[in-house]
Amino acid sequence: MEVYALKIRIKFKKEDSMKFIGHLDIMRYFQKAMRRADIDIAYSEGYSPHQIMSFASPLGVGITSDGEYIDIEIKNRISSKEAMHKLNEVMVEGIEILSFRQLPKDSKNAMSIVEAADYEIKFREGYEPKLWEERLKDFFTQEEITVTKKTKKSEKEVDIKPMIYSLNVSNGKVSMQIASGSANNLKPELVMQAFCEFIDFEPREFALLIHRKELYVNIGDESKKEFLALENLGEELYE
Amino acid sequence: MRKTALTDEILLSIDKPARYIGNEVNSVIKDLTQVNIRFAMCFPDVYEIGMSHLGIQILYDMFNQMEDVYCERVYSPWTDLDKIMRERNIPLFALESQDPIKAFDFLGITIQYEMCYTNILQVLELSQIPLLASERGEEFPIVIGGGPCTYNPEPLADFFDLFYIGEGETSYFPLLEAYRENKKNGGNKLDFLKKAAQIPGIYVPSFYDVKYKEDGTVKEFTPNVAEAPKTIRKEIVMDVSETFYPKKPVVPFIKATQDRVVLEIQRGCIRGCRFCQAGMIYRPVRERSLDMLKEYAYEMLHNTGYEEISLSSLSSSDYSQLQGLVNFLIEEFKEQGVNISLPSLRIDEFSLDVMSKVQDVRKSSLTFAPEAGTQRLRDVINKGLTEEVIIEGAGKAFESGWNRVKLYFMLGLPTETLEDMVGIAELSDKIARRYYEIPKDQRNGKVQIVASTSFFVPKPFTPFQWATMSTKEEFIEKARIVKQAIKSQLNQKSIKYNWHEADLTVLEGVLARGDRRVSKVILQAYRNGCIYDAWSETFDYSKWLAAFENTGVDINFYTTRERALDEIFPWDFIDTGVTKEFLKREWENAKNGLITLNCKMACSGCGAMIFNGGVCFEDKN
Repeated sequence: MEVYALKIRIKFKKEDSMKFIGHLDIMRYFQKAMRRADIDIAYSEGYSPHQIMSFASPLGVGITSDGEYIDIEIKNRISSKEAMHKLNEVMVEGIEILSFRQLPKDSKNAMSIVEAADYEIKFREGYEPKLWEERLKDFFTQEEITVTKKTKKSEKEVDIKPMIYSLNVSNGKVSMQIASGSANNLKPELVMQAFCEFIDFEPREFALLIHRKELYVNIGDESKKEFLALENLGEELYE
Repeated sequence: MRKTALTDEILLSIDKPARYIGNEVNSVIKDLTQVNIRFAMCFPDVYEIGMSHLGIQILYDMFNQMEDVYCERVYSPWTDLDKIMRERNIPLFALESQDPIKAFDFLGITIQYEMCYTNILQVLELSQIPLLASERGEEFPIVIGGGPCTYNPEPLADFFDLFYIGEGETSYFPLLEAYRENKKNGGNKLDFLKKAAQIPGIYVPSFYDVKYKEDGTVKEFTPNVAEAPKTIRKEIVMDVSETFYPKKPVVPFIKATQDRVVLEIQRGCIRGCRFCQAGMIYRPVRERSLDMLKEYAYEMLHNTGYEEISLSSLSSSDYSQLQGLVNFLIEEFKEQGVNISLPSLRIDEFSLDVMSKVQDVRKSSLTFAPEAGTQRLRDVINKGLTEEVIIEGAGKAFESGWNRVKLYFMLGLPTETLEDMVGIAELSDKIARRYYEIPKDQRNGKVQIVASTSFFVPKPFTPFQWATMSTKEEFIEKARIVKQAIKSQLNQKSIKYNWHEADLTVLEGVLARGDRRVSKVILQAYRNGCIYDAWSETFDYSKWLAAFENTGVDINFYTTRERALDEIFPWDFIDTGVTKEFLKREWENAKNGLITLNCKMACSGCGAMIFNGGVCFEDKN
């Protein structure tokens, strides 16, 4: 008899000082957390087995998030409620499990399907340009938004407008939905850099407070994108 | 929301901000309104090193079990943050509460090696605490030193209010009680120190005066207050199974040097190698019970989530329950993907069998520490490892598939001759020859032998405390001779040779056997910019040399000078249980090439029996 592992998608939030913990260390943190919480996680085969675990999208140091995802496989069924309770019992302050859902058997892992992300961005107090909010609309209604992308070998002009799906501001907070993932990836800092150039403002280093809200998969097609939060591909496991 | 002492901007502009934010798994958060005593526990090196230290984890757990005590951790800020903190006048803070250290009741600093002495001054200065104990008023924390280097605390005497000599699990209880009492009675710092001086294991350096002879050696060392005892006996835990050990050690976010559960299986060592300070000062050997270790292995792995467990002790092969423990760990945890990492064991059938179960033979290497190149010199240092045993062990391992060997030696040992240096090369070669005795079709490629030499530093409380130390030039010449000798061996291509920094060794020599006059050299070196001396990228010998010059302290007085048998040493006021008479006897035995049997074979009357327990009261074979 073949034993099937259950595919699980975990959503978590990362806030406060935990934003200073880098991606690799967060991975190590969760590997240990699975053991502390007695999650019956599946291991790879081979001489040195490792937990089957993958992250949707690395989060840069200094960025907080309400929408981080890990995919794992577990060997025995457990209810979402119990698993979340067990995991949250062993979390540190600033990291919280938000959902624990079962994915269909043939699901691709989150990393390969992410296509968009929501971000909220604020200027740190005292670092903001003057009267900038009203300029954001003009910025976004441009035909093209070109930025200079520097690689190790060359510099090139790129139009990032097609990768910005929405851009709004209210109460000093910019909300944006932008392309994210392996095919097209736009960093929110780059959008803000383009905006600052547009209003002729030179921001100081670390002027931005960046917060990721959500990661999405596209369930529409290329011409008509329809975004669904990654957790919504999974189903709650009931007791 | 947790606060951080450092701003986002600072944390984002330095390397590894996780070193400074705290909040790690199993770190302790307490309600400050319920706390009477705040204790900052410091390891004066970078976070990843400090977090790997077992002693702090034990004491952190022990202190925080006391309801009204809050123990927090602090480490040396790395040079990037050090610079920013100085520029912006940011006081050094504890990881848990992120509060400044200067507001604490105690700052306890563990002193594990000589080359961290300037970092102690860094920690004090960044904490905005005056460096000299004599200049610290009532408002500053009591600064306590502990750890192996406090077996000669004199070079650091000016900087500490008190030293705790010996194992920490005992006298901190009366010490903190004395502090509570003193606070309640409205006593000042001096009142507290006078009470502290009467507690076993506590040394208050300001309560003693040292007079020197014309030749610079100690004339007398005498208490200057009635409360201070003449000698201070080290503290020791006799029942190491019923004592404090952390079930929930703190787990760092970033990879620490020791990134695993550490299970200390015993304290002390039966072997009596004459160069080894740990082997003398931690006597007698005390084993933890198998039941205790099994329980802790399970609890600690579960509470940390670590994927690896490591056994820790001196000479682990001498632990009487080793087979039972290792087999238990393999049976219980191997299936769960837990790696078992073994300390260097004596190479025999059991250890080879175990190693082949827990590690990939192709990737792992065998380790031998013959320490000296000839049997004659091994007898001098009482290293009971013979050439036959090494060759036989290596042979067995080679036949089981190993092909990598690490060898550790020391250069500059007492009575060392040219023959002993060349012997290092010859022994390495003999091991290689043994490998090539295996038929070609049955062996696993080429053999790789790495021979490493460190330079010998005579340490207090060893039979070699009277020995002269080589100069830097002599050390370098010795290493050159070994290198040359290896080049002339048949299997020279299979042997790689590494040697240590000689100037670092010279400094270690001064600091290890220094007296109170060395305090000013340390202070001057720090003023000259020395910090992180244990790190090759920051170590600057010329600044140290300038410090010796500025202060007029002679290096050779502490290193190359031969000490007379009746000399009063700066550390003689400490009683480790092991008597000076025994050490003298061992020094004579060394010079005569006579070996001394280990504690399990016969009692050599070292004096540690005074502690009424451990190996001293077990049957001898």
